[in-house]
Amino acid sequence: MSTQSAPARLSRELIGALIVFALFAGLPILADAMGDTFVVFFTIRIMVFAIAAVSLSLILGYGAMVSFGHAAYLGLGAYCVAILAEHGIWDVTVSLPVTLAVCGLFALVTGAISLKTRGVYFIMITLAFGQMAYYTATSLSAYGGDDGLTMWGRTEILGSTALGDRTVFYYVVLGCLLTCYLLARMIVASRFGRVLQGAKQSEMRLRAIGIDPYAYRLIAYVIAGMMAGLAGALLANAAEFVSPAYMSWHRSGELIVMVVLGGLGSLLGAIVGAASFLVLEEVLSHFTEHWRLIFGPFLVLVVLFGRGGLISLLPGGRKNG
Amino acid sequence: MSATLFAVQTLNGLQLGILLFLIAAGLTLVFGVMDFINLAHGVQYMLGAYLAVAGYAITGTFWGAMLIALVGALVVGLLLEALIFRHLYDRDHLDQVLATFGVILFLNEAVKVIWGAAPLTLPMPDLLSGSIEIMDGLLYPVYRIALIVAGLAVAALLYVLVSKTRAGMLVRAGATNAPMVSALGVDIRRLFMLVFGFGTMLAGFAGILAAPILVVEPGMGDNLLILAFVVIVIGGIGSIRGAFLAALIVGLVDTLGRGFATDIAKLLLSPSAANDVGPAIASMLIYILMAGVLFFRPTGLFPVRGG
Amino acid sequence: MKRIITAAVTAAAVGLYGAAAQAESLKIGFLATLSGPPAVLGQHMRDGFLLGVKQAGGKLGGLDTEVIVVDDELKPDGALTKVRGLLERDQVDMMAGVVFSNVMMAVYKPIIDSETIFVGGNAGPSPIAGRACSPYFFTTSYQNDQNHEAMGKYAEDAGYKRMIVMAPNYQAGKDSIAGFKRHFKGEIVDELYTKLGQLDFSSEITRIAAAKPDAIFTFMPGGMGVNLVKQYAQAGLAGEIPFLSAFTVDETTLPATQDAALGLQAGAQWAPNLDNAANKEFVAAFEAEYGYAPATYAAQGYDAARLIDAALKKAGGKGDKQALMAALKEAPFESVRGDFTFNTNNFPIQDVYVVKAVKRDDGKYVTETVEKVFDDKVDAYVDECRMN
Repeated sequence: MSTQSAPARLSRELIGALIVFALFAGLPILADAMGDTFVVFFTIRIMVFAIAAVSLSLILGYGAMVSFGHAAYLGLGAYCVAILAEHGIWDVTVSLPVTLAVCGLFALVTGAISLKTRGVYFIMITLAFGQMAYYTATSLSAYGGDDGLTMWGRTEILGSTALGDRTVFYYVVLGCLLTCYLLARMIVASRFGRVLQGAKQSEMRLRAIGIDPYAYRLIAYVIAGMMAGLAGALLANAAEFVSPAYMSWHRSGELIVMVVLGGLGSLLGAIVGAASFLVLEEVLSHFTEHWRLIFGPFLVLVVLFGRGGLISLLPGGRKNG
Repeated sequence: MSATLFAVQTLNGLQLGILLFLIAAGLTLVFGVMDFINLAHGVQYMLGAYLAVAGYAITGTFWGAMLIALVGALVVGLLLEALIFRHLYDRDHLDQVLATFGVILFLNEAVKVIWGAAPLTLPMPDLLSGSIEIMDGLLYPVYRIALIVAGLAVAALLYVLVSKTRAGMLVRAGATNAPMVSALGVDIRRLFMLVFGFGTMLAGFAGILAAPILVVEPGMGDNLLILAFVVIVIGGIGSIRGAFLAALIVGLVDTLGRGFATDIAKLLLSPSAANDVGPAIASMLIYILMAGVLFFRPTGLFPVRGG
Repeated sequence: MKRIITAAVTAAAVGLYGAAAQAESLKIGFLATLSGPPAVLGQHMRDGFLLGVKQAGGKLGGLDTEVIVVDDELKPDGALTKVRGLLERDQVDMMAGVVFSNVMMAVYKPIIDSETIFVGGNAGPSPIAGRACSPYFFTTSYQNDQNHEAMGKYAEDAGYKRMIVMAPNYQAGKDSIAGFKRHFKGEIVDELYTKLGQLDFSSEITRIAAAKPDAIFTFMPGGMGVNLVKQYAQAGLAGEIPFLSAFTVDETTLPATQDAALGLQAGAQWAPNLDNAANKEFVAAFEAEYGYAPATYAAQGYDAARLIDAALKKAGGKGDKQALMAALKEAPFESVRGDFTFNTNNFPIQDVYVVKAVKRDDGKYVTETVEKVFDDKVDAYVDECRMN
């Protein structure tokens, strides 16, 4: 993957991760000092999408599985929490296992079918399942259909409504992001992760030594789906609202853009990508109504001149020398 | 569900299929020959429609508008190719996705800045604005029939070009193995430019044809782009024949599904449940079709690349 | 997208009288859909609102007024983030606008949780009119079902026996059909639900032609409506089967449909030709300012600005929120639609008309009232509203 030695790359990523997470951890204190409460809310959104982007990066960057239906898990996770809440079930001890189980099951079934294909065919078949989930959500009249469903509160933890406090919720989301990031790192570094990356480079070689990558890919796909489902559950809590728009193909496309923008094959890149995408959108749209006239060419320039995404533009971050 | 109703719906499905084919043909060629994912193909369709509206304002005739729009679409397409796309051919698919996504954002917004957000319209040519009565009380517009005929003509022309000419042979060879064609001394750059320009014009042509019956608005190409991808994936990337058949299948399935899904659901469910489930299924139908096709044939109906 | 518009008049005033700079100012967050195909609806509503601000000399209720216009991009969760920004970072005094119900539902909770007064310019979803109503929410538009109910009553009164109804397959579409059926007692031959954003209606039109109903009713907002109207005319049905609609034939779509829509009917609480002084002034000023004919969205936006203006004057500024809310509830302004009072759920009680598309002498396509269907219409959800 890289001409740099493994320890060098690891330490660079380690330093980067330390900086990023230290920034996230210190932000509420800073915001409090400046009296800016909005930035905390906005950063919650960034971290939620960062979780989704990390999960996509895991399969996309390391397994070459370009899922164009990843937003479906975001939506599924959000709907699980909101629908349970609509029926009076608020506690995390029920909603979290249900969310993970539903998303895992959906990933298992659709992944088992999708992984029979490769490349663009995989992109399109995951889009197909994403669209099926989307249209199913829009037809749920009992849960607001296209208008979406308001959650009149947040998930409870063993009866406690502590998540209603923004700072507490912030650190819970940060904890989830850190957990997902570390988990993804462990997966990538494990034997399992090496098989996954090996399958990306040469499937034939793996088969020659008696490993069928299909099962490895499927497991990675299910893990990524569950992670994105967690992000969805957090998104529902952050917005206190769910809507089929969470699973539209536009959203799936944005997730891919976040990962590629940040830098393929880097989990930290996914976090950086999600943050820059959302911050740029927010800042540019403050600046002008026609902010897409700036954002569009920016993406083109990143591709043309920033091989390896934004993460490679950071000091000492350029890959392959 | 009378026979006439079914026949008319079939005609409608054909017409949607033809429109999809015009967009998908360029997409599948560019993808197949150049291994280049061009998400901006949808906005080229949109540009065709907008340029036609602008051309109509200048010339006052449909045919003049068409001429201006075709030339304009070609110029914009070649400009994009020279400025951006040319540098992406040897890059990763995802880099291409990101860059062409940027182009979509830019052009959708630019169109809004230039022509405004309100939907626009292109009047039909007088010659084709009549209708014929194909069943009691239902007139079928001549223009729609003309659209089907024009699409079939383009398909036939493409077939001849691809299968009978030297350029077509190179295109076919390129779709199967591009590096080999290049190694044989063919100027692959020129071939690429030719294919790209042709694909752009086809998308623009589809936009022009669609403008009088569909609405001209910013972002009009986004959903059709997705449908066009569905078509080329079902057909097998790089295959014109596959794209043609898949476009007709998608057009027919979508139209007939919308026409009859709720009725079929009513046979099985209560009317109110059927009204919930029927339209949802109708919307999903082409995606179910695509997933089904890919499950049994992971590289589409007419795979081009060996191995 | 966000633009800060402080009318030039205000700047001049501040320049001339230095003391005015210290005077109380008013900051309004205005949320509208301004990108994607439905951008034109948000544009009408925003332009109407800004015209109202401009006509008050840039000072609603005598306060220097800053309107922060934000594009919700029709993404509910994105809209929510932007509204949080307006409430917490920009610290707006009031919120206004919102075109679509799904966006409204997404931003509703943070707005009322923060006890910010909201004056809506279009979306009126049933939960907000009913069980989830709030004293902080006012709207100068309508409850979503209103125009559909009007068309249902009109169809019933016109003696239509067999009808086909058609709407996009999403919540507002289903609500519209339910609203239509509330007053129409004849037979619904067929209910057609189309895909949201559908471009081609040949399939549905074929069914309509085959079934030959007495009339059809449809709700097809934005570009979908343009397509449907054009294709309906091209299929030769426009003169044959009466076309009743809501949010389909109006000044946002007429520039694209033009002659194809002539004579088609719609339900609305307002039309440019409504005969009252406030309306005449509004339509003339709007067309002079922006060069296009206003639709209901523009009229509602304009009324929202004028309602805020009048209520601020009555309450003597923005300082006492309870007094301001009480003043808003009295609706102390001349609406461009004539009679206007607020019901207990802060939704309007107003007259509803059947309008039809016509070509005006100056070549512009507009709607024109045909007859009044409801006098002082009350929405169907007000009894569920328990406001304390």
